[in-house]
Amino acid sequence: MMSRRTSSKTPAQIPANRTVTIVYSLAALLAVAGLADAVYLSVLHLTGQSAVCGASVGCSQVLASKYAQIGPVPVALLGVLGYFSVFSFTVLAACGYLWAYRPAATIVGLMFLATLWFLYLQAFVLHAFCPYCMFSAALTFLLAGLMVATTPVKPPAS
Amino acid sequence: MRRWLPFALIAAVALAAFGGGAILYRSYRQKVITLTKEQQEAGRRESVHFRGHPKAPVTLEEFGDFACPPCGRIAGPVHALERAYPQQLQSIFREFPLAVHPHALAAAYAAEAAGLQGKFWEMHDLLYREQRIWSEAAGADQLFSSYARLLGLDLALFEKDRKGETVRARVAADQKRAAALGVTITPSIFINGKLMTGPELSPSGLRAAVDAALAAKAAP
Repeated sequence: MMSRRTSSKTPAQIPANRTVTIVYSLAALLAVAGLADAVYLSVLHLTGQSAVCGASVGCSQVLASKYAQIGPVPVALLGVLGYFSVFSFTVLAACGYLWAYRPAATIVGLMFLATLWFLYLQAFVLHAFCPYCMFSAALTFLLAGLMVATTPVKPPAS
Repeated sequence: MRRWLPFALIAAVALAAFGGGAILYRSYRQKVITLTKEQQEAGRRESVHFRGHPKAPVTLEEFGDFACPPCGRIAGPVHALERAYPQQLQSIFREFPLAVHPHALAAAYAAEAAGLQGKFWEMHDLLYREQRIWSEAAGADQLFSSYARLLGLDLALFEKDRKGETVRARVAADQKRAAALGVTITPSIFINGKLMTGPELSPSGLRAAVDAALAAKAAP
């Protein structure tokens, strides 16, 4: 049942199919931008570039901090997984697989909470902001807004 | 809409992300630089700022920028190594102020001017300790003067020296050596001529590299 395409009889009512397709497509584009950002940050972390200063303004204060990884896993790599999952599910949702809305919204919700935590760390603990992290935060907020806007509404009981 | 379209898009984006990441990784990975004996000896012959034993078997040569946060973070662990290996390690500091940090060059001049009065390392340690304050301050020059006063330097001489030709020439000489060795980032740390990269550029990595260099020297 998971891969069944929805027909005009959807389990949950969506405001307008065309609008929803456009909104999910937009969400997928935002997720691609986030994915590119997270891949870049992961590469910086994995090559050790986040722990040095170079010719351009870097994010070393943030990316080389102890908060930039959970155990041995760089947070940016989790971002890659998160954005890729959101992209996959929103593309599926945009193509009519409406079941994909729920996992996309769940992941965006988790990313939203993580973003709040990282903003707090940057503002109040590290006292430094990384432009790439702020870009990712903006994308996550936009994604969260789109997910809320496209929340399926249950049809009123007749 | 075709059924396969979303899956094709997902596969394409996965491939692009993986491929792009791999290309970026290759271009961002630090090159392995190992200095020749001649390059190492040339460095030792110059008049340099060093702590530790002048004839130590292991030389740690750092190209640093006083305004660079990672340099500030590694300064403590490097100093700890100097104390842990007083006879076995010579630690050299070279100026490599990056243009991206507004007050880095002025800080390098301040450290060199302090050096002319025999207080280079005191100023070095102070600049790193207070990095967050002066590197973001509008009046960094006044702060450098206050640090000179704190260290008991002759203030008039310090002010004259840090605008003088001697300190400029000294910083320029360090930058010239950096360029000759292919140094582009800070901190760039060479241990017995081998550039530390990735995890080697951490407190434990540096200690392991010093131990390995000592073991290599001890080996017949």
